[in-house]
Amino acid sequence: MINISEVIETNKMIEKENLDVRTITLGISLLDCIDSDLGRLNEKIYNKITTAAKDLVATGSAIEKEFGIPIVNKRISVTPIAIVGGAACRTPDDFVAIAKTLDKARKDVGVNFLGGYSALVSKGMTRADELLLRSIPRALAETELVCSSVNLGSTKTGINMDAVRIMGDIIKETAELTKENDSIGCSKLVVFCNAPDDNPFMAGAFHGVTEADLIINVGVSGPGVVKTALENVRGENFEVLCETIKKTAFKVTRVGQLVAQEASKRLGIPFGIVDLSLAPTPAIGDSVADILCEIGLEHAGAPGTTAALALLNDQVKKGGVMASSYVGGLSGAFIPVSEDQGMIDAVNAGALTLEKLEAMTCVCSVGLDMIAIPGDTKATTISGIIADELAIGMVNQKTTAVRVIPVVGKTVGDSAEFGGLLGHAPIMPVNGFSCDAFVNRGGRIPAPIHSFKN
Amino acid sequence: MKKTIITVVGKDTVGIIARVCTYLAENKINILDISQTIVDDYFNMMMIADMSKSVKPISEVTDDLDRLGEEIGVIIKCQREEIFNSMHRL
Repeated sequence: MINISEVIETNKMIEKENLDVRTITLGISLLDCIDSDLGRLNEKIYNKITTAAKDLVATGSAIEKEFGIPIVNKRISVTPIAIVGGAACRTPDDFVAIAKTLDKARKDVGVNFLGGYSALVSKGMTRADELLLRSIPRALAETELVCSSVNLGSTKTGINMDAVRIMGDIIKETAELTKENDSIGCSKLVVFCNAPDDNPFMAGAFHGVTEADLIINVGVSGPGVVKTALENVRGENFEVLCETIKKTAFKVTRVGQLVAQEASKRLGIPFGIVDLSLAPTPAIGDSVADILCEIGLEHAGAPGTTAALALLNDQVKKGGVMASSYVGGLSGAFIPVSEDQGMIDAVNAGALTLEKLEAMTCVCSVGLDMIAIPGDTKATTISGIIADELAIGMVNQKTTAVRVIPVVGKTVGDSAEFGGLLGHAPIMPVNGFSCDAFVNRGGRIPAPIHSFKN
Repeated sequence: MKKTIITVVGKDTVGIIARVCTYLAENKINILDISQTIVDDYFNMMMIADMSKSVKPISEVTDDLDRLGEEIGVIIKCQREEIFNSMHRL
């Protein structure tokens, strides 16, 4: 039988160390909504979402209450809209109309983010894909909580540099259209290499075409729990350190697994995966950077950071896979800047640069995330940053992503304020040397060789 | 059996256990086990209770115990046992 110290430990994790289930994300396939008439398509999309997700929020809240574990977000991911809207949309405006339908359906079922305003263009673009890409700035400016993602490359296909170049412009345009709010539109837009089909986390969640009609995916969290566990093993060797992280990750993941199964049972929707990510929030003590400091660094970004992060990420996975039979999504430590107070402190202290963050993304999930850069950064420079990050994913057979925010009217020394879970961020300097000629070549970077690994 | 874990945390005063037990008895919730300890000067009590004959659903009991806790000046939580089992048992 459960004993009192175990009960106290669990409740301390929840109350003092910010243990929570970060999101229950309901994946909804919209493939059966496809229609060549835009009006009918919008109607079918609205009906499918509002029917499938009508009990999502209430069920999440009931589970939260009965188990005493906060479930911070209830969200929806849908089939990439470039596929769904391909037959009906003739202009970017047509796609924007779908975005508005998604936002309305989301609002009416009470979920706080909907992802899947997406295109998968890792090798080439259809006409619909390009129309969707062109529609992103307006779609994000004119909707409230719809998220957009674009898969620009993969280990199997290489990198679609034509699309990378376009996305540089699209990110700039999105920033411009939302400049009144520190270019917040860009916080809802992420580009990927090797995007997973079952990611429950925003902004990159979409419901892949390999998925079932409906699916429940759950993202757990708990940087604060890992940090506190490590406080008890200060000065111990790496074996003890790793063992502690593994055990903690196991416990955190088991809670996610429980919630996922319970939600699946109550909603009558199959359980997909648990995403084993350490997802920080701006709340004090809910920081991945703080874990790195606890491992022994003065600040995230100090020499040793990449190794510490590699170790952390690996142990989280090792503990997590034992706790859940179906692990998926992004699964790793997230290192967003604006959503992690420890990262913000590291940037302000001068310890953490964009280049070091890029190195860190080689060993963890998921990429250059929520990084505010000067508003006058050139579109081609953003494309260059994207190409670099995607190359890391392509060669290392992992998911990488870029979510940068060129904050219009601000520069290094200023700070951008996004609010809520998105936090705030100091504007980070970007290498100003040009990559125009590289980015403007056009075409694709071929898929990498899968032998002769060095 | 529908086991739930009821925890009471706060400054120790006279009659905490009595008040909680009275509420549980009134609602036909059977107590299977009680243990208590002091952590950082705070009184921690845990009850394992069986709710299969409870007259109210767990969500309502949780709300009631919340209010009772406020009255006594302690924090009372009521959680389904599975969350602890999943975390601490293989």
